[in-house]
Amino acid sequence: MTPLRRTHLQALEAESIEILREVAASFERPVMMYSIGKDSSVLLHLARKAFYPSKIPFPLLHVDTTFKFREMIAFRDRTAAEYGFDLIVHTNQDGVREGINPFDHGSSRYTDIMKTQALRQALNAGQYDAAIGGARRDEEKSRAKERVFSHRNASHAWDPKNQRPELWRTFNTRLNPGESMRVFPISNWTELDVWTYIYAEKIPIVPLYFARRRPVVERSGTLIMVDDERLPLAPGEEPREEMVRFRTLGCYPLTGAIRSDAADLPSIIMEMQASRTSEREGRLIDSDSVGSMEKKKQEGYF
Amino acid sequence: MSLAMPSPDTDLALWLEQQTDKSLLRFMTCGSVDDGKSTLIGRLLYDSQLILDDQLASLKKESHNRTVGDEGIDFSLLVDGLSAEREQGITIDVAYRFFSTDKRKFIVADTPGHEQYTRNMATGASNAELALVLVDARKGVLTQTRRHSFILSLVGVKHVVLVVNKIDLVDYDQAVFDRIEAEFRAFAEPLGFKTLAAVPVSALRGDNILAPSARTEWFQGSALVPYLETIAVAEDRTGSPFRFPVQWVNRPNLDFRGFSGTLASGAIGVGDEVLIAASRKPARISRIVTMDGDLDRAIAGQAVTLVLDREVDISRGDVLSRPGETPEYSNQFQARLIWMNDEPAFQGRSYLLKLGTQLVPATITDLKFRTNVNTLEQTAATKIDLNEVATVTIATDRPIAFDPYAANALTGGFILIDRLTNATLGAGTIEFGLRRAQNLTYQSFDVNRQVRARLKGQAPQIVWFTGLSGSGKSTVANLLEKRLTAEGRHCYILDGDNVRHGLNRDLGFTEAARVENIRRVAEVARLMADAGLIVLVSFISPFEKERRLAREIAGDIAFTEVYVDTPLEVAESRDPKGLYAKARRGEITNFTGIDSPFETPQNPEITLNGATQSPEILADKLYGFLKF
Repeated sequence: MTPLRRTHLQALEAESIEILREVAASFERPVMMYSIGKDSSVLLHLARKAFYPSKIPFPLLHVDTTFKFREMIAFRDRTAAEYGFDLIVHTNQDGVREGINPFDHGSSRYTDIMKTQALRQALNAGQYDAAIGGARRDEEKSRAKERVFSHRNASHAWDPKNQRPELWRTFNTRLNPGESMRVFPISNWTELDVWTYIYAEKIPIVPLYFARRRPVVERSGTLIMVDDERLPLAPGEEPREEMVRFRTLGCYPLTGAIRSDAADLPSIIMEMQASRTSEREGRLIDSDSVGSMEKKKQEGYF
Repeated sequence: MSLAMPSPDTDLALWLEQQTDKSLLRFMTCGSVDDGKSTLIGRLLYDSQLILDDQLASLKKESHNRTVGDEGIDFSLLVDGLSAEREQGITIDVAYRFFSTDKRKFIVADTPGHEQYTRNMATGASNAELALVLVDARKGVLTQTRRHSFILSLVGVKHVVLVVNKIDLVDYDQAVFDRIEAEFRAFAEPLGFKTLAAVPVSALRGDNILAPSARTEWFQGSALVPYLETIAVAEDRTGSPFRFPVQWVNRPNLDFRGFSGTLASGAIGVGDEVLIAASRKPARISRIVTMDGDLDRAIAGQAVTLVLDREVDISRGDVLSRPGETPEYSNQFQARLIWMNDEPAFQGRSYLLKLGTQLVPATITDLKFRTNVNTLEQTAATKIDLNEVATVTIATDRPIAFDPYAANALTGGFILIDRLTNATLGAGTIEFGLRRAQNLTYQSFDVNRQVRARLKGQAPQIVWFTGLSGSGKSTVANLLEKRLTAEGRHCYILDGDNVRHGLNRDLGFTEAARVENIRRVAEVARLMADAGLIVLVSFISPFEKERRLAREIAGDIAFTEVYVDTPLEVAESRDPKGLYAKARRGEITNFTGIDSPFETPQNPEITLNGATQSPEILADKLYGFLKF
């Protein structure tokens, strides 16, 4: 970005870099969550900037539920190879053995086992004392309340009513044995900030964000992409090709596509500005009940 | 106020440039419970068209049975994010919200009104450039309004807008507004805000939010949003002296050694001379490195990596400045402290202090006075309770670099951390450094501890007995002293009761007095050990923090914590001084084990079982353990 002209994006970028460096300097075993989405792409870009010319001094962790879009996995491996960061991929093998999937076990049980439990397994196995995530405060109501350095007890639970005060940019990074920290360097970014930053910095993102003709089925108003043969089709249900894209990426059976012609970044940003629905609407797991994200976070979800 | 949407005809590059060029205002809302803070923010989001269709639908569903405006929505539901908040209808923690107009981007911190959540309010205030102080027109200025305003000034918020809300409920009466404004201005005058504006609004109905309301024609000022869009709040941090706290040493290979950090203030260019605050060693900037390429110059707020022209010893926590405008460098300063923990702060207790990237053990050495946050009255105090504000002197274990908070918030604000639980206990703002620490150096004499120890033929040390009253501490200490004296060694027993008759007779048994009691005894023990003695301290010392303090005061003198572990039933049955009986009858209070806790030592060097073994055996065991 043009130096010496301090726009709000530059201020946000500097703030995030400062947070990332604080993690590297203060924790013994940090790890960065890598979800392959656009926020993760921004986070990765910021981490490369924060430590340049050094390499990113911590590994990236991807929790693979086995139901991610194929294009996401391809993008992940391409990116890891290009930037040469240390990538750890973890899948809950217990869940795989039991054949846990979103169709037979429901989205909330599936998410708990393949995402929340899997994450806890991976964090315990790596004995990570800090896990960096790409969550933003504008995404959801309970996220809006979370600290940048968010304390977790020994069972990875968040206590929203008893958060550490967080003053200025003086972060308390101290932990007792077994405790850990979740750190959110892009807390103060909005969705528009993320997109304009991707545009300004030419950051590569998964092609699924761009509109293309893709095979989808429509279920209770949500467009689900038929990414592989595991998606059970109802009798008579026939995938049809539609011009769609994704505003947010997760597990393909749980992520709704939107009809769109926006095939490049400027059109995406324009479409987003004109749209009247919020980003997480396409995520089926948030709408289970009021306060469901807070509950999940208390249980250890990111 | 609506954000101009890009249309297919818009020049997108230009539009994006406008988006990235906007300035950012971080503000907060505060005020008493039910003054309508959350409603006001909800209104701002709604009017800036940031409430999206799916959110609106779920809001209308949730707004059932609540106070709603013309739009049929309870706006406060937008910001109260935690389940407990929605259930109780109050705000517990800071919520951050984002909105944008054509002129500016805004980050709003909605902070709680309840006194018990004052620490969360301070969290929101510490990063705010401006604050909206809400007042209910029907209630006027309340205690909480005053408390919040005081905390704003403490944390250094310079710009305030008094928002007199619910003006519709007093029939848009100018007299009501004028009276509240006058009262608030009189209170806020000594708080030193740079700007103070007042505006009458109805957050529920939208009066004077986006534009002047026809229902308050008597009001000559600006409506709220236009005011927020135009007020100049930017501090010229680039014009201040250069401060660069080193955050992380960047060392990818043997050929590169850089110092990563963010410029807290000022500007620096390649070739400029800098000075390291601690060592006062000079160096020149040879490169300013970023992934986007090297820079010639960096300014306040930029995160960069500096490379120097020579090898100097620099690590995290060091602060770089220019020669001639260096920060203060001292181990003592006066500060205002806001306490954020249920357990009070005491003089003499040791904490961890974090200021910028510096982390050091620190002690409150003098609790000067407490400021009543409601009346600004100053009173003497022996402790600082939750949500209280006090002016204190703090001593750090080693000197740190800082500036007065008024000159530089990023190098003048600090937090205190509990050494056991690691909780954030309080936040402080430095008023000024105390230079006497720099001038007062320790006299070093030719005859030192080693010489005195050699003369006595022993290893001076402190043996610290802890345990309940009646556990057998003094009996064991006595037996040990007899044996050592018989061997020709020089010992002294400091006993709790005896010391309280003389040195500490001015101290009672409150927690604050106990901390001071321990501190004095530990200092005396250190002096005696320095004189070459083996010092046996027999003190109940029920709190882990004080035992840790005693150990720290001992410094490099050998320190052995002996836990005489005798269960309460056994100690009480012995009751050699009849104290347990008195405590049970309520004749003495704050008695350890009865109505005051004994914290089991976490890491004593040795534990003696006082219930099952005789004092003689225990003394032998201890004798065998110690090295003389």
